[in-house]
Amino acid sequence: MEKRVFFRNRLLPWLLVAPQLAIVAVFFFWPAAQALYQSLVEQDAFGTSVVFVGWQNFERLFADRSYLDSFVTTAVFSALVAVIGLSIALTLAVMAERVTRGAAIYKTLLIWPYAVAPVVAGVLWLFMFAAPMGVVAYALRELGLEWNHLLNPHHAMALIVMAAVWKQISYNFLFFLAGLQSIPRAQLEAAALDGAGPRRRFWTIVFPLLSPTTFFLLVINVVYAFFDTFAIIDATTHGGPGKDTAILVYKVYYDGFKALDIGSSAAQSVVLMVIVIALTVIQFRYVEKKVQY
Amino acid sequence: MTTLRQFLAVASLSLGAATTAQAQTEIQWWHSMGGALGEWVNDLAQDFNKSQSEYKVVPVFKGSYDESMTAAIAAFRSGNAPHLLQVFEVGTATMMASKGAIRPAQEVMQQAGVAFKPDAYVPAVAGYYTAPNGQMLSFPFNSSTPVFHYNKDAFKAAGLDPESPPKTWPEVAGAAAKLKVAGHKCPFTTSWISWTQLESFSAWHNTEFATKGNGMRGIDARLSFNTPLHVRHIENLANMAKSGLFVYKGRGNVADATFVSGECAMITGSSALYGNVTRNGKFGYGISTLPYYPDVPGAPQNTVIGGASLWVMSGKKPADYKGVGLFFAHLSKPEVAAASHQRTGYLPVTKASFELTDQSGFYKKNPGTDVSVTQMIRKTTDKSRGVRLGNFVQIRTIIDEELEQVWSSKKAPKEALDSAMRRGNELLERFEKANK
Repeated sequence: MEKRVFFRNRLLPWLLVAPQLAIVAVFFFWPAAQALYQSLVEQDAFGTSVVFVGWQNFERLFADRSYLDSFVTTAVFSALVAVIGLSIALTLAVMAERVTRGAAIYKTLLIWPYAVAPVVAGVLWLFMFAAPMGVVAYALRELGLEWNHLLNPHHAMALIVMAAVWKQISYNFLFFLAGLQSIPRAQLEAAALDGAGPRRRFWTIVFPLLSPTTFFLLVINVVYAFFDTFAIIDATTHGGPGKDTAILVYKVYYDGFKALDIGSSAAQSVVLMVIVIALTVIQFRYVEKKVQY
Repeated sequence: MTTLRQFLAVASLSLGAATTAQAQTEIQWWHSMGGALGEWVNDLAQDFNKSQSEYKVVPVFKGSYDESMTAAIAAFRSGNAPHLLQVFEVGTATMMASKGAIRPAQEVMQQAGVAFKPDAYVPAVAGYYTAPNGQMLSFPFNSSTPVFHYNKDAFKAAGLDPESPPKTWPEVAGAAAKLKVAGHKCPFTTSWISWTQLESFSAWHNTEFATKGNGMRGIDARLSFNTPLHVRHIENLANMAKSGLFVYKGRGNVADATFVSGECAMITGSSALYGNVTRNGKFGYGISTLPYYPDVPGAPQNTVIGGASLWVMSGKKPADYKGVGLFFAHLSKPEVAAASHQRTGYLPVTKASFELTDQSGFYKKNPGTDVSVTQMIRKTTDKSRGVRLGNFVQIRTIIDEELEQVWSSKKAPKEALDSAMRRGNELLERFEKANK
């Protein structure tokens, strides 16, 4: 199946990929190298004194109980965001695909949230849940649930998960929809003629055929939850109550940009980099085997 | 060759022309004053620019305090720092420790040929920005202090006397209880919990928040806010929280909005909240002094300042610094400083501006505006001069985190304070090591 293209000129292929390589080098490798370097030095905010400290930044991190706790917080948060986000998006995609009248309107509306910046998404959800006057907080109180994400860690976690999921649903939805549209009609019709109901057809035909899409989205969503969610947390809970919603990337952001502790922030981003590399390797090694292309 | 020479001649001529056209030296000023306060900053720059023709101060709004500080640090690292940077009070120790990055405000003023009189400035304000050797390092620009704000309409509705606000913590609890009985959902709340309930609370009771005069006398200071007095206060607040008299509304100044909207009836917060309430609040509004415990000897002493000061960044041309010095002299003029104080609710910067405001009858016309001033213009003690610590931003966050565990009844007050001190002291030790 693999398709190979041969170039006569040995330089041409390099020339063709050069722009992309340059971008990757400048925007990915250079910053990553900077982070590695900065994680090994201790410097004041303005960089006027820079002292090489070896592994000290890392040693201090792993001696900090709250840092270790935030691994658990991050795992819980990422799992919730990925699982809930994918389930809802898949449900919506399946339903949107069945719609014949006004399909474009539904699709546009579902894709909309993707245009919203994470901070705005955070603020939006914060408004709805702000006690006592937020729309949802008010409704919940009428139902007998006193919503308080400022002091209740479960409420706080629920709030950031909802905001993060909502922000990512559009993206997931788009890919699922495209995946659904590429499923051969003939197979579905054959199954229907053999007497398989919609539920059966979904689980035995659609879901397995969607697995490459699902796998891709799983990787993307985990990366998203790990890296792109600090703005949502900064806008809603600030990592509180206590440190109960302080996920790893939020701490990187807080220590680097608010507390100006660049050494520790760099060390944390190196740790994050290692985690994501490891996660991606694991996913490709073990999960991908279950994927049918 | 002739063409090249001609070209060079023309080029140098046009360069010369460019310099004459740019005779006005621009002074970049990065600040964090949004909304009405942003207009105030622009007016100040405009007045100064009109008063002379050599220099032009250009104010640039750079977002919140921490955003503008981060932006300035990035700019400094790439050699594009502004001349002037507005830095919040918790960033003071960081700025002081960055010796190569800043130039002392006093030195800049003196070299500009401006008469600098250290005793012209309000001691409780300028003292905070003064190095142990007596040199004023940054220009005290906008300083505030925590005061007690209350809703007179809510007081009336609860059968309380709107003209005699509670003066002590037991009285606050009493008033809160009455407000609750009258159906109020949020009798008392607070902004800036570390600043109002621990830092100012300590100074107000003439007790140390941290050793070494709260860090004013050296960077080897350590936190000391787990005394029986501090524990008693946090216990008191925890009990009020349990019975719904104190409602926690979040970190920073998030709680301010709940007072302005009328949701909460009493709040301890910045004196600079005054402008916001008078403009947006739809209720009778009163200001009073910060509550205290009457049985503590020496209380009430004075409160500590918040707000920000202007720092001069290094690495600019000597001529530019002359303009900065002249601008500081302009801001120190009694009539300019007095107008700023009356317009914003920030503390007066110089003694003369306070006297001018007093003589004009401003305090009589606007009752409550003098509370912050009288809380500050007192003889300070070694324990009450202010709190100046390294890594202070993080220490305040730690205090937020630990106290949240108290309000949700997960930790006992003493346990939370001990834990906040231990975590905070680790940061102070690091700061001390890094800045030896």
